[in-house]
Amino acid sequence: MTTAAAALPARSRGSRARRGAGPYLYLVPAFAVMAIITFYPLIFQVWMSFHDFGQINFRVRNPVPAEFIGLENYIRIAQSKLAIPNFEFIRLVLFNLWWAFSNVVVHVVIGVLVAVVLNTKGVRFRGIYRALFILPVVIPQIIVATVWRNMFDPDSGAINYGLQAAGGLFGLSADNPAFHLNWLRQPNDPISWLPLPLAYFAMITANTWLGWPLNSVVATGALQSIPGELYEAAEMDGASPWQKFRNVTIPFLRPAMLPYAIYGFVITFNLFFLPFFMTQGEPFGRTEILVTQAYRLAYERRLFGVAAAFSVYLFFLLLVVTLITNRMAKATKSYAD
Amino acid sequence: MTVMTATRRLLGRGASARTSSSEEKRLPLGRQIVIQLILLLITFTVLFPVVWIVSMSLDPRNLSRPDGLNLIPPGATLDSFAKVIAQPTTNPISFIELALNSLKIAVGSSVVAVGIGITAAYAFSRLKFRGREVLMITVLGVLMLPSVATIIPLFIFLNQFQINVGDLSFNLRASLLGVTLAVISAQLPFAIWNLKGYLDTIPRDLEEAAAVDGATQNQIFRKVVLPLAIPAIAVTGFLGFLGGWTEYLTVAMFVSEVDDWTLSLALNSLVGQFARTTNWSQFAAFAILFALPVSVVFFVFQRYLVGGLAVGGVKG
Repeated sequence: MTTAAAALPARSRGSRARRGAGPYLYLVPAFAVMAIITFYPLIFQVWMSFHDFGQINFRVRNPVPAEFIGLENYIRIAQSKLAIPNFEFIRLVLFNLWWAFSNVVVHVVIGVLVAVVLNTKGVRFRGIYRALFILPVVIPQIIVATVWRNMFDPDSGAINYGLQAAGGLFGLSADNPAFHLNWLRQPNDPISWLPLPLAYFAMITANTWLGWPLNSVVATGALQSIPGELYEAAEMDGASPWQKFRNVTIPFLRPAMLPYAIYGFVITFNLFFLPFFMTQGEPFGRTEILVTQAYRLAYERRLFGVAAAFSVYLFFLLLVVTLITNRMAKATKSYAD
Repeated sequence: MTVMTATRRLLGRGASARTSSSEEKRLPLGRQIVIQLILLLITFTVLFPVVWIVSMSLDPRNLSRPDGLNLIPPGATLDSFAKVIAQPTTNPISFIELALNSLKIAVGSSVVAVGIGITAAYAFSRLKFRGREVLMITVLGVLMLPSVATIIPLFIFLNQFQINVGDLSFNLRASLLGVTLAVISAQLPFAIWNLKGYLDTIPRDLEEAAAVDGATQNQIFRKVVLPLAIPAIAVTGFLGFLGGWTEYLTVAMFVSEVDDWTLSLALNSLVGQFARTTNWSQFAAFAILFALPVSVVFFVFQRYLVGGLAVGGVKG
């Protein structure tokens, strides 16, 4: 790699001078690029968020200077007063938090359970299972999302066909409405006391298929680090399998799984692909998350100033989430370290 | 920061630790059968979408919609594959042209991100200088941001550049070059971070020995550190390639000409609002052709790649 540093006549300079400038020369290429295509746009975004910024303000031919409107974009978002249908900011934030939280819980539980089952001593074909179970991870996410969207199709989707086949075993007609669910667009909530649309359950199904294998990999690593003597000692004390899991396995899994769960939370919180390609926010924008909404504001609605303010909200929300989860990670760190 | 290092440590351990079969006890047959049944059920759920898509793509009836849950189609044909290779969407662009556009973004972004990321990673990992902490936190902060958060100002920023070179006249924003720049913006922080994490795990003995022999900083970097970092460069490069290959957000927002379409845009138009008119067998064939090259590489090298992913791979 020839950097600017390599071009300098190193010998001719004193060693002290080299030590002074050297490190920065290694940083220059990356930070010069980031300054132009990352930091400048981010600062520009903050500026934009205080302006009524639209397409006329940045078109190539005679752009109009943007009008300064102070915090109006922020206020309109917080009060859900945008000229777009089905936008409720608080509901959006709460759904986004719940979406990330519920996914992580399901992924961690399934991931740990599968890892424990696979780690049972004497199980045959373990290597084959481990290789197969990683399959969801290696498929590009855009394909995972579009394939699951087709699988949940109300008329020709594999899920409804599967339900019909299962119903047939019990002598139920394939025309039964329970086997023709409009998974991604049904407006009524499936569980009356739970304000979550059917599409949420379809999405969490797809994301669980995608998400548990990596949790299982992490859990397997932690399981294999547990000294076998601990289980033997527990057995001698007459511990039941559940007691062994509760008192030996879980304490060892916790320091490994917790950081990964936090990481998974942030990833799922910003998971663009599923809501965008599977449900497109349907029904009535209720499966929209912050990143898909931000994209839609700019791409479909061309509300660039509003979208910029929205991104600033997103940044601070992520900051709060990170600070809280980091504190949680620290609070439980000493448990087994 | 703690999250990532802990995960990395753990994954390293998970990959290296192997259960020795000698100490394994025999499992009672009844329990073995129960566990095998559970594992087969999980295998079924994992494989189901894959098998369904493959069987749909091979279905000789070239279905516009599937007419039932046929996991094993009656007979098999590659017709759908031939059709999507010729012209996957209603637009006049072939699969090869789409793949070439995706390839340009993938190669361009991953090569640049890794190429300039490695020197920064080296500085963060090995050199002492003022402002190191602040700069590292800056990189990490940008890494945590979803790429949607920078895409809007990038769109406006790149839109200002009207490029005229000879006969060529194009808007930077509406070109694959502009898209590649936007993708680099998302990938560079990850590349720096991932490469630094790997360099941190390499012992410094060799570098110290080279320094004693009178090697300069640049010689140490080029002759000692770079060769040792090749696995990490390959992994980071591949994850970047994967990101560029499947990039959707920026392409959809930036590009306006059909000639600049990529595989991900075509895939979306096969399931998007025009899905009623498209043929599901062809969608399935297209998805397989799209995924296969990267999935095979990923599957073969999963031992090295899954760790990178778990530490901060795909940025949505």
